[in-house]
Amino acid sequence: MAVLTQEITTKRTFDRSTYEPGEDFHEILDDLERRGELIIQRVPEPYIEVMTKYGRTKKIPLQNTWHHKSCGQCGHIPGYSTAIFWIGRKLGLNYIDPTDQTSCTAWNYYASATSNAAAQAAVAHRNFAAAYETGYYPIIHCGTSYGHYKETREEIMHHEHLRHQVRDVLAKLGKPLVMPEEIVHYSEWIYAMKEMIAEKQVRDFSDIRVTVHPACHYYKLVEEDAIYDEDIYGGQRTAIVTGLISALGAQPIDYSTWYDCCGFGFRHILVSRDFTRSFATQRKIEIMKEEADPDVVISHDTGCVTTLDKSQFATGVAHGANVGIPVMSDAQFAALAMGAHPYKVCQLHWHSTDYRPLLEKMGIDHEKAWAEFEEDLERLKSGEIEYLTWEDVG
Amino acid sequence: MGLFADKYPEVPYEEKLRLWEEVKADERFPDYLYGCYECGICVAACPSARFYDFSPRKIAQAAAREDVELIFEQMNDDVWNCSQCFSCNRCPRQNSPGGLITILREVAVNNGLKSAQQALEGYSRIVYKIMGTGTQVSPDMLQPDAFPDWGPQVKQVSDELDLWRRALPPETLHTTKTGWQVDDKTLIELYLIWYNTGVMDMIANVDEGLNLILSDVMEEMLEDAGYEIDF
Repeated sequence: MAVLTQEITTKRTFDRSTYEPGEDFHEILDDLERRGELIIQRVPEPYIEVMTKYGRTKKIPLQNTWHHKSCGQCGHIPGYSTAIFWIGRKLGLNYIDPTDQTSCTAWNYYASATSNAAAQAAVAHRNFAAAYETGYYPIIHCGTSYGHYKETREEIMHHEHLRHQVRDVLAKLGKPLVMPEEIVHYSEWIYAMKEMIAEKQVRDFSDIRVTVHPACHYYKLVEEDAIYDEDIYGGQRTAIVTGLISALGAQPIDYSTWYDCCGFGFRHILVSRDFTRSFATQRKIEIMKEEADPDVVISHDTGCVTTLDKSQFATGVAHGANVGIPVMSDAQFAALAMGAHPYKVCQLHWHSTDYRPLLEKMGIDHEKAWAEFEEDLERLKSGEIEYLTWEDVG
Repeated sequence: MGLFADKYPEVPYEEKLRLWEEVKADERFPDYLYGCYECGICVAACPSARFYDFSPRKIAQAAAREDVELIFEQMNDDVWNCSQCFSCNRCPRQNSPGGLITILREVAVNNGLKSAQQALEGYSRIVYKIMGTGTQVSPDMLQPDAFPDWGPQVKQVSDELDLWRRALPPETLHTTKTGWQVDDKTLIELYLIWYNTGVMDMIANVDEGLNLILSDVMEEMLEDAGYEIDF
């Protein structure tokens, strides 16, 4: 159950209906392991158990985690990844940031279809095997990687021919077919640790109004093991992100188009951005403005944060759309609550929509913070230091 | 014949049927289609249906009826409008129109349909980036002429790119040409996956030039690592 320090503002009522849980994938995986078809990498202790859509529990590991990074986060919003690592370090949790990791390649697959089920599953399981070899447990930063890996898990479980094809490809790489006991998204890790994060909170967020955009590929692709909580929207909507916002004492505000996607579209964000901009503005940002008037939009996936943030400039300037809500990830929001530097850690200068009014409301002197960051940039320029390190950012 | 006029009379019905059989032969197909109530819940949830002449219900309907002509038309047009968000998965019959579209697109690419080649024009550099480097987008893609609609901040990122990347505490993120630092050994394993699963053949079917460039890059690295390229 969630510890709600802040009530959710909504006009709707929610009753949790009786869901019919389908097959439990754990049982299928256990059976496949018994038959020697694959190896299950077990969730290491200590872990926290959370509730999923159909009332089952999911184990979320705390440490000895292998962080499967995200293309868009690392490439275009690097404060997202940095904040995830920073939170783990602040909580004293051991982890690996691997270089033996590729993209899941699903962004490209959903955009162009220039791949196939066997290749996609082989890429997934190459990464899983790489994590297994280290003894650390994979934790997935990208919502699309998370959803796609759950799709490939379904295919590996249910299609013997595909499973054996992937196993043969992996054998050529000298790797076994390994399946994690749970496929864990980083936002689940943050959700599971929300009380630990709240204990380290140093900034008061009680005046901060928040709208949440839950990522489609988090809870619409293989929905059964996304996190739900009866105390959050009656268990009728995924509790991810909203649970964290509430635990940090900020104000989650409901809006009517919460289920809509952001408009990312995979190929559209790259080659048909008129669709992306229109959808993000008209179906998400403007409606949030009208119905919730939030100080910030919080999401938990690469594409959503990118789309909702980057789409506001052109529609605001060219069409006078009612935009102007800063966008960031739950990790950056939580890191700021814990006292993270807005530029050295959260790297907000990579974001497009003006976030400075939000920082002011959070009690952060953004001019002073930028001056501090510029001092670091001068040290980098002068050659005094080659890189900014974890020790430099506090 | 299906209910709709044949928009591609130059393509023999047998060819359209062959492509449809390829769709149905995909192992995932039975998981994505169970029938259709025509309730329209998928359409109500679909972002693409709001901005394009596109309907996930029609995708499921055409597949359920095995309307070969309409499916061929969709394979050449509608499928590229889908956002692949899978909001349509809330179907009460457990259909996944988005999943059907994944297969339809894949068959279109696999068979080198001209419409697929056109849909992917301008997208080659992304395919090159993901298949060649193991990361989908890189910091150096953030150029003001490529993303003028993202605001003036893109130019600032572009101007300061190397400096700002060095100002990132995670050691793996100091890269500008890839999202993060990827080991050569890891890339070699990725290339072996592409070759061993037929993806390089798919690329050749849809973009021969891209296939040649990718092959050059991959084969040189694989040969240096002691692999013989004979797939």
